[in-house]
Amino acid sequence: MTKLKNLFALTVGALAAMPALADINVGVVASMTGPAAALGAETRKAVSMFPATVGGEKINFILLDDTTDPTAAVKNVRKLISEDKVDAILGPNLISTATAMADVANTEKVPMISVAPLDVSGDKRGFVFRSEPSADLMVQRVVSDMVANGVKTVGFIGFSDSWGELLHKALTKAADSKINIVASERYGRADPSVQAQVLKIISAKPDAVFVGASGTLAAMPQITLRERGFKGRIYQSHGVTSKEFLRVGGKAVEGALIPVGPVLVAEQLPDTHPTKKNGVAFVQALEAKYGPDSRSTFAGASWDAWLLLQNALGNALKGKARPGTPEFRAAVRENIEKNKLVGTNGVYSMSATDHAGYDPSAIVLIKVENNHWKLVK
Amino acid sequence: MDAEIIAMLGQDGVTNGAIYALLALALVLVFAVTRVIFIPQGELLAWGALTMAALEAGNFPGTVWLLVGCGLLTLAVDAFSATGRRTLGRSALWNLAYPLAMAAILWLVPLASLPTGLRVILTLAIVVPMGPMLYRVAFQPVAEAPVLVLLIISVAVHLAMVGLGLLVFGPEGSRTTPFSEAQLEIGTLVVGGHTIFVIVASLVLIVGLYLFFDRTLYGKALRATAINRNGARLMGISPALAGRLTFLLAAVIGVLSGVLVAPLTTVYYDSGFLIGLKGFVAAIIGGLASYPLAAGGAILVGLLESFSSFWASAFKDVIVFTLIIPVLIWRSLTSHHVEEEE
Repeated sequence: MTKLKNLFALTVGALAAMPALADINVGVVASMTGPAAALGAETRKAVSMFPATVGGEKINFILLDDTTDPTAAVKNVRKLISEDKVDAILGPNLISTATAMADVANTEKVPMISVAPLDVSGDKRGFVFRSEPSADLMVQRVVSDMVANGVKTVGFIGFSDSWGELLHKALTKAADSKINIVASERYGRADPSVQAQVLKIISAKPDAVFVGASGTLAAMPQITLRERGFKGRIYQSHGVTSKEFLRVGGKAVEGALIPVGPVLVAEQLPDTHPTKKNGVAFVQALEAKYGPDSRSTFAGASWDAWLLLQNALGNALKGKARPGTPEFRAAVRENIEKNKLVGTNGVYSMSATDHAGYDPSAIVLIKVENNHWKLVK
Repeated sequence: MDAEIIAMLGQDGVTNGAIYALLALALVLVFAVTRVIFIPQGELLAWGALTMAALEAGNFPGTVWLLVGCGLLTLAVDAFSATGRRTLGRSALWNLAYPLAMAAILWLVPLASLPTGLRVILTLAIVVPMGPMLYRVAFQPVAEAPVLVLLIISVAVHLAMVGLGLLVFGPEGSRTTPFSEAQLEIGTLVVGGHTIFVIVASLVLIVGLYLFFDRTLYGKALRATAINRNGARLMGISPALAGRLTFLLAAVIGVLSGVLVAPLTTVYYDSGFLIGLKGFVAAIIGGLASYPLAAGGAILVGLLESFSSFWASAFKDVIVFTLIIPVLIWRSLTSHHVEEEE
């Protein structure tokens, strides 16, 4: 019995001692289960490569799963802030969860770097940053390629949900007076066929088609378009950059044009591209650990979120404030704002007015060629 | 909108309608015989499609383990309630020996090099036995319960099956190669070989079901049970046998429609529900009782879906499911409503 008691006391002691006073604590929230589990898995890969110390201080990462549910995400943030006394938060993967978390992080004055492209402007997002380029920037890259290739009319087919709506808005905005959107069709994630939508698009005779979907589901419109003899250029959104998309799409997705963060094709980038060196180094380290072709832009964005935070933590430690105090968190926030970072997936120049700071010229266009991603020069 | 587009939309609508028709028939059949509103019908479709995709990719399909698990569960239920040694022996044969034999066969044969026909048979052999097992475990012990209780159990089984599907197949979807890549030109209309395959297979299945119910003793027994459960029992038809047989047929239909739908669209672990729901709308049009009306309703749903996605793709599902309201009004006005005896 005494043995058991001792053991118990020992465990409690160990638990209590875990977040030692001077350590830096960083909370990471990711969607490791639920519909966005594939994204959370990428964040987890990046987290496993985070270092153990920053500027000589020990750093603890507390990784929590939000189950792709905003309520769980908020619960996680509250727990991280009140129990673990974190100095900063990284993640999550989706705009829905990020929006829910951002409000809490901001009221509690804990700096947060989101991997999802949520809106980070305005006072209510004073402590919120992001490392992922917005859909607007991505779609602008697509539209500029359309213009460069003499595309005058475009057909849109996308999800009948918020993601499809977001991309449709971005396309409408970017196309403006340069390109005419001649058809806007929607399909549901569980639809058995998109024949009718594709027929309507083809009957409008667009020069190109933009598919506003994500993951493997984005393959279906392209397969049907090709079946129905559409010969024009087909653009996909940046939501399709997974190996699964290539597997399901097979031959039909050959030639698909996709805007992405540069990390996906790090080796193929020209030497003049600013992120080439960092991107290649990250991809090599990642693939040494997880096997060939395990890279993704999502892992890259998570890694860049960490780089942004690492810089800020390093600088904040030089000041007087110690980790675990509100002063330290404020210092971290100020230093994230000062970041001028060349990351793996983009170039960031943060400022008081711009909490994303993503340089759109880092975005590249890739093409599916022989079932692989190929950089479009 | 010209004739060519109308023809193409019609073709697409009829193809999907044929699959909805199969599901609607299964739903009507299950409801008529056992009074279960069989929501997991869609899951059988998804499991069939994904098993087929796994076989095609040369992977060992995870559904085999589900079959083994289902078998063990059924055997346990049988052992708990069985009376004779002979029935238990037969239960062990079907619920233990058969799944293990299937696992062994799949372990030994080179999956990647099998011809398509054999893959279809293997898919059926893996997934279909789970139908009767499901009935034995979930529905047979409460066969006399009110419709509402059966519906709730049905929802529970559906949720369990979706969860297991995620576990076994993962969150990503798959699609298979069509049975035939041929393109037939009829006038100006191009008809895909697979489309013809779907329609012919559905027709064969419907005719087969008709012959089964009209010409065989088992079929007549099922019909008798559907018409009058107590009367049928007095005539020596075992309700448990009728239930298992019904679920066997429903599983055959579900898995076959899954195999047919897999080349048309990407199937996910949770795709079955919505496809099944459209089959359900069709079954409702048939009042959950009439087979020809349900089949006709399914074609109507398919066509409506196809044409509404042409005109207003964002509201397609809204239009399809709104159809159920006038149908329900019409049915409640034209038929006498009989309260179920509790």
